Amino acid sequence: MKALLSSLAAGFLFGLGLWVSGMANPEKVLGFLDITGDWDASLMLVMGGAVAVTLLCFRLVLRRQKPFIESRFEMPTKKDIDLPLVAGAAIFGLGWGTAGYCPGPALTALATLSTDAIVFVVAMIAGGVLQRLLVGGR
Amino acid sequence: MHNFTPISALLGGALIGLASVWLLAANGRIAGVSGILHDAFAAPIAAWRGAFIAGLLLAGVAWQLLAGPVPVREGFPLGWAAAAGLAVGFGTRWGGGCTSGHGVCGLGRLSARSLVAVLVFMASGMVAAYLTRHILGVAS
Repeated sequence: MKALLSSLAAGFLFGLGLWVSGMANPEKVLGFLDITGDWDASLMLVMGGAVAVTLLCFRLVLRRQKPFIESRFEMPTKKDIDLPLVAGAAIFGLGWGTAGYCPGPALTALATLSTDAIVFVVAMIAGGVLQRLLVGGR
Repeated sequence: MHNFTPISALLGGALIGLASVWLLAANGRIAGVSGILHDAFAAPIAAWRGAFIAGLLLAGVAWQLLAGPVPVREGFPLGWAAAAGLAVGFGTRWGGGCTSGHGVCGLGRLSARSLVAVLVFMASGMVAAYLTRHILGVAS
């Protein structure tokens, strides 16, 4: 129960950050990705602000033996720079630059009942399922 | 750059970073939204993923209650929204992460793999935004 409430709170704070920063607005995101238009560099600072915090705090957190609630840290183990990584990132970027949504902003934008966000999220879930069916992998 | 909003961008970014630190410190998990979403539908079911997604949704509701109605995009072609969603779902699952998992968390862990992913999706995102907006005439 504690773990669920904690995860809910983390998701809530993450979502608030998306709204405060403007990332939940797909038009603002496209204003950043479209460097030939009226370029808006703000999202560079969103990423900069977020990474400054994780860069500083992750190493402090990982000095602990275990997390505060769960019994161990579940960290990514893959190290290879391989075809799935590069091809996957490239395909992800194509969708992101088309609609202006990446997964977090699309999910929190559902709360506005925006039709394009709803269509996007349903397709995004289907896209993940399709990847497993067509390509497989862990 | 009349639309440049550096203060809210840095503040919002810091909140996103703090939320990621929180999830790692308390739950021992990486706040990668694409992985949380895809694995929420895969066995074994772990309820923390559903709880995180519920938090994202609640934040959208709370923001509209506190800050008032937000502008909702009108007229974006739904066929393009569906195609883009498919690409984002497929690509993030294949590449093992998105802007949060590879970006916010991966860069924070100094992962070379994540740095490559970020450079690739930033570049292809810029190409797609240029093509869809200026050549194909999708939305503005």
